[in-house]
Amino acid sequence: MAGVPTEVQAEPKPSELKVSLWRGTDEGRYQDYAVPQRQNQTVLDVVTYVQRHLDPTLAYRFACRVGMCGSCAMTVNGRPRWTCRTHVAKVAADGRLEIGPLENLPVVKDLATDMSRFFEHWQQAKGTFAPTKTRDDPIEPIRPDSAMRIAASAAIECINCGVCYAACDTVRWNPDYLGPAALNRAWTLVNDCRDGAVPERLQAVAARGGCHACHTHQSCQAHCPTALNPTASIAGLKRRTVQAWLTGEITR
Amino acid sequence: MNLSLYLWQRGTAALMAPMVIVHLVVIFYAARHGLTAADILGRVRGSLGWGSFYALFVAAASIHAGIGIRNVLSEWSPLAERTAGIAAAAFALVLFGLGLRAVAAVTLP
Repeated sequence: MAGVPTEVQAEPKPSELKVSLWRGTDEGRYQDYAVPQRQNQTVLDVVTYVQRHLDPTLAYRFACRVGMCGSCAMTVNGRPRWTCRTHVAKVAADGRLEIGPLENLPVVKDLATDMSRFFEHWQQAKGTFAPTKTRDDPIEPIRPDSAMRIAASAAIECINCGVCYAACDTVRWNPDYLGPAALNRAWTLVNDCRDGAVPERLQAVAARGGCHACHTHQSCQAHCPTALNPTASIAGLKRRTVQAWLTGEITR
Repeated sequence: MNLSLYLWQRGTAALMAPMVIVHLVVIFYAARHGLTAADILGRVRGSLGWGSFYALFVAAASIHAGIGIRNVLSEWSPLAERTAGIAAAAFALVLFGLGLRAVAAVTLP
C-alpha cells in the first residue's frame, strides 16, 4: 500500500566463533581468529576455514575427515579430541574455541605434532603381527565367542589418533612409558592365536616403561574417541605377564 | 616399574591387606575393653606371635612404600631413575629400622 512504510527485516549477521589457535612450535602463543558459525560444523571445519580464508600459513594434519585415519587429533578447549568428529556445538556452547596441538608430543608446527615417539613406542611394544603360517596353509578357524577373540575384539578398533597418549598422566611423567595405544595393541596380539611372538611381546611389555608403569588413572578410557578401554587392556597385560612369569614363559 | 617391582609391590599389598584388618581389630578390641598401656605391654611383651606379626608387617610396609616412593621420585622429581632407586631404598631401610625398633620396644621381654 502506497504511503505505508515497509519494514525491511535485516538479514541477521551470521554469528561468529571466537577461535584461538596455537601458532609456533613448542614455543609459541595462541592467536585469535573470528570464524563464521555454521550448522553441523566440526572443529576440523573451523581449522580448515582459518587455513583457507584467514591464514594459509597455518599447519595442521588431517586426511579422511570421517574418524578413520586418526590424523586430526588436537587439544580442543583443554581436552584431546578427534576434530573431524567433534561438533563445535558440543564443545563450544559459548562460541569460544581454543585449539592447540596434542600434548605429550613435540610440536612440528602450529597444530601438527611429531608422532614419531608414539609409533616408536608402538614398535617397542611389538605391535606388529608375527605370522605363523604361509598363504598356502588353511585359514585358522577362530570362534567369535572364544574368550581370546572377545578380548581382542574389545580392543581392536584403535585408529592410533594419539588422544589416549596425549591424555595420559604417566606418559607425561615417564618418557619411557609405552603408552595406552601401544599396550592396547599388544593386548590384541597377545589374544591372537595366530600370532607367533607372544612371549617376546609379553617380555617387551613387562620391561621398564611397560604395562606395570600404568597408574590406572583411566584418562585413556575417558578420552578415547572410539570408546575403547586401554586401561582394561593394560590390566589384562599385567595379569598375563604375571602368569607368563609363573610358567617360565618370560623372565623378570 | 617393571614386572619384578610390580610383583613385590602387589605381593606386599596382598600380604598387608589382612594384616591391616587384624591390626584394626586389635585397636578396637583394646579400646572397647579399656586396656591400658600397661595391660597391652603385659600381653605383647615376650610374645613371639605378636613380635613376628608386626616384624613381618614392618618388612612388607617398608618394601611397599619404598617402591611407591621410587615411582614418585622418578616421575615427579628431576632425579635420574637410578638415583631415585637409591634414595627410595635408603628410605625403605630407614622405615624398616624405625619400624623394627618400635616392634622390639614393645615385644622384646
